[in-house]
Amino acid sequence: MSNLLSLKNVSKEYSGNKVLKDINIELNKGEILALIGENGAGKSTLMNILFGMPVIHSTGGFDGKIELEGQEVSIKSPHAAMELGIGMVHQEFMLIPGFTITENIKLNREITKPNIVSRVLGKRLESLDVKSMNEDARKALDILDMNIDEFLPVAGLPVGHMQFIEIAREIDKTGIKILVFDEPTAVLAETEAKNLLDAIRKLSKQGIGIIFISHRLDEIIDVADKVTILRDGEHVVTKDIKDTSAVEIAQLMVGRKITIERSGNCDKDACDETILSINNLHVAMPGERVKGIDLDVKKGEIIGIGGLAGQGKLGIANGLMGIYPSRGEVVFNGKSLALNDPRGAIQSGLAFVSEDRKGVGLLLDESIEGNIAFSAMQIRNDFLIELGPIRLKDSAKIRSHGKKMISDLDIRCTSSLQKAGSLSGGNQQKVCVARALTLNPTLLLVSEPTRGIDIGAKKLVLDLLKKLNEEYGMTIVMTSSELAELRSICDRIVIICEGKVEGVLAPDAEDAQFGLMMSGSQHLIEGSES
Amino acid sequence: MVGAKENKKSNFKDIINAIGLPTLIIGAFWIIILIIGGTIGISMNTLMSDTIKRAGMNGILVLAMVPSIQSGTGPNFALPVGIVCGLFAMVWAIEFDFVGFGWLGVSIILAIIFAVIAGYLYGKLLNAVKGSEMTIATYTGFSISAFMCLAWLMIPFKNRKMGWFMGKGLRETIQLDALGGDKILSNLWTFNIGGDKGLIIPTGMLLVFFLCCVIVWLYFRSKSGIAISAGGINPRFAQASGININRNRVKANVLSTVLGAIGIIVYSQGYGYVQLYNAPLLMAFPAVAAVLIGGATASRAKVSHVIIGVLIFQGLLTSALPVANQLFEGTDLSEILRMIIQNGIILYALTQVKGGGK
Repeated sequence: MSNLLSLKNVSKEYSGNKVLKDINIELNKGEILALIGENGAGKSTLMNILFGMPVIHSTGGFDGKIELEGQEVSIKSPHAAMELGIGMVHQEFMLIPGFTITENIKLNREITKPNIVSRVLGKRLESLDVKSMNEDARKALDILDMNIDEFLPVAGLPVGHMQFIEIAREIDKTGIKILVFDEPTAVLAETEAKNLLDAIRKLSKQGIGIIFISHRLDEIIDVADKVTILRDGEHVVTKDIKDTSAVEIAQLMVGRKITIERSGNCDKDACDETILSINNLHVAMPGERVKGIDLDVKKGEIIGIGGLAGQGKLGIANGLMGIYPSRGEVVFNGKSLALNDPRGAIQSGLAFVSEDRKGVGLLLDESIEGNIAFSAMQIRNDFLIELGPIRLKDSAKIRSHGKKMISDLDIRCTSSLQKAGSLSGGNQQKVCVARALTLNPTLLLVSEPTRGIDIGAKKLVLDLLKKLNEEYGMTIVMTSSELAELRSICDRIVIICEGKVEGVLAPDAEDAQFGLMMSGSQHLIEGSES
Repeated sequence: MVGAKENKKSNFKDIINAIGLPTLIIGAFWIIILIIGGTIGISMNTLMSDTIKRAGMNGILVLAMVPSIQSGTGPNFALPVGIVCGLFAMVWAIEFDFVGFGWLGVSIILAIIFAVIAGYLYGKLLNAVKGSEMTIATYTGFSISAFMCLAWLMIPFKNRKMGWFMGKGLRETIQLDALGGDKILSNLWTFNIGGDKGLIIPTGMLLVFFLCCVIVWLYFRSKSGIAISAGGINPRFAQASGININRNRVKANVLSTVLGAIGIIVYSQGYGYVQLYNAPLLMAFPAVAAVLIGGATASRAKVSHVIIGVLIFQGLLTSALPVANQLFEGTDLSEILRMIIQNGIILYALTQVKGGGK
């Protein structure tokens, strides 16, 4: 097998933050390389580099070399990547529904023939050679074993077919050498996914090098020749599939990250009282769909909700708070909780710190004290002066409460009148927490509390949550993409996969167990044990 | 030294940012016009008196922009909805033969009743067309004006003060001096600064304007007002805090419509005439322009923007005309110039609209 693509010592940093460190990848002709890693491991950045995406070059380029068939190449734009024979099949389909399959496959690469007008006015007005376009499309579809008519419109085709049309478009490009599949099976049903994997194998037999990005371990074991594991921007290892197992891949993917060590005792007095009981909850949050979750939260615990992005972990808290449409049964504090009613949820004693700090969490143009007091004023009628039917805000009370919160939570600011938008991420997060605490909640839902804030601030926020739990006995449901952070403060961790609870683990469970659960491949070990 | 210079520069920038570029440019233009006017011998006292008078007349109409902008529905281009409510109320008060302050009081009470109903329906309409409020509002204003043209003709009013000398229907303009409504507020407690030819202060009208300003200012410091503002700036934040955004948008537009209705009553008494038919059609635009020039954006407006904006906008409009007439003596350009200047300012102000949200 001859060497097709090699990435040598590729590194990339975004404004001083290293997101890729010395990545080395080799891809041979006709080989299928699986790329796996948690969210934020650097998969997308690596692919952006390979495709010369503008985001890479506008942020100062990257270090290292890319070689294609032994020649060093510089890929400055997606168009250049296309000309070099690198293609990509996107997770979301980039197809025009009203066009036929042929037109979609040939879009912007139409075969044309001259006519009278074009002889006068130039090449742009030549007519389409529909016959040879159809022939080309047919050829590409035949390679994929698609016996579907090429003149049908794309609108109304099943999802699986659309995926194949995307692939057909890529292989129809002359001289395609490398094809990247980005989570291609995420939207497909099981049989469709199987067809797709067959097609991938078939393409590789024709000598195309394939990079297959997925988190489904069983598919990787099934289809790939070798697997490269990324973690936190580092190249962990590249292994031949026959030398490894799903368990090992899972373990390597999660790894033990020594960021925040767990302090104190793990075995706090477990309380038997269930404070929140969720039964068959469905939440229609776009991109984070929850498809029937059962979960019991005990009084006084910190429960962690983890899982990969897009699996639905963020939907749970948003659904409980009524931010996205949801259905199911929820019992909170002995009473049934009405869903789709944000006001009712807050009144019953839930408070929510949103993952979307700037969008949902804060009024950026408003003062810190105004932000902190807002919800309590609206829901609990705190901080108001009542003059008959008129209720005006009580600036003095808001000021003193704002100052108290600023000192309690150690919010770094110039004054309580500073605009929330001008604070740093960590301090903004503390303002969000302060606003939730002002509601005096029985249960606090916190989503992605450390997203986008620096490492020192992360620890402060986590310590704050821990303090609230230990000193005030507040029950906390914390959702986070960062497993290490969940493991550092939670009493138990629920892993969500494909909108359902995959399992519950203790914070000190093994890495491999977390990895397998997060990728929904638990059955792989259960199967091998029995 | 260099540090000091840079410091000064950034201070200058801060000042521009704080006041807003449109406000500064139009303000500077006004001052230039005043200087030219002064050098060619136009009485400053007359210009300033006119400016104050017109600002007082238009003030409440401009104030009507604040609630709708704060609630996130954008400037209230459907101001004619409120205006026809006010006109309708005034016409009924005349029909019932009220005069003087009785007429004024009945007009305002009726106007509030009509405007609450109309504003509620209009708010419901806006909730159905989220995302294109400004266009829909403009055409709502046009439609209601056209509809009311029919109403002015068809409703069998009997009072002789309003009818044509022959035929049916109401007159285009109804004189208010016949019923003692002409400048009833403007002349209340009015006084001159600097003798008979000095500056005329229409105290009563200004007091009503400032009273409305204080009410709106207080309202946006109340629980309900704060909720409306939050829903306007960040609907998702407000929703997550359990706020009913749609209800608040309706509330804000009711308030805006009521202000529009009261605004036209104050305007009409200052003008001395009630103008019907097509008069309300284009009245939203000067009001929108004034609040934008005062420093408001399409998503954020304060009472201070209203006061500054209406002064500068009306000041420029009233000063530019006599000055232009003097400069181009002998020609009859005044009406054309008025259109060019007014619409020019509106166009400029609208280009300064910053979109809502982020």
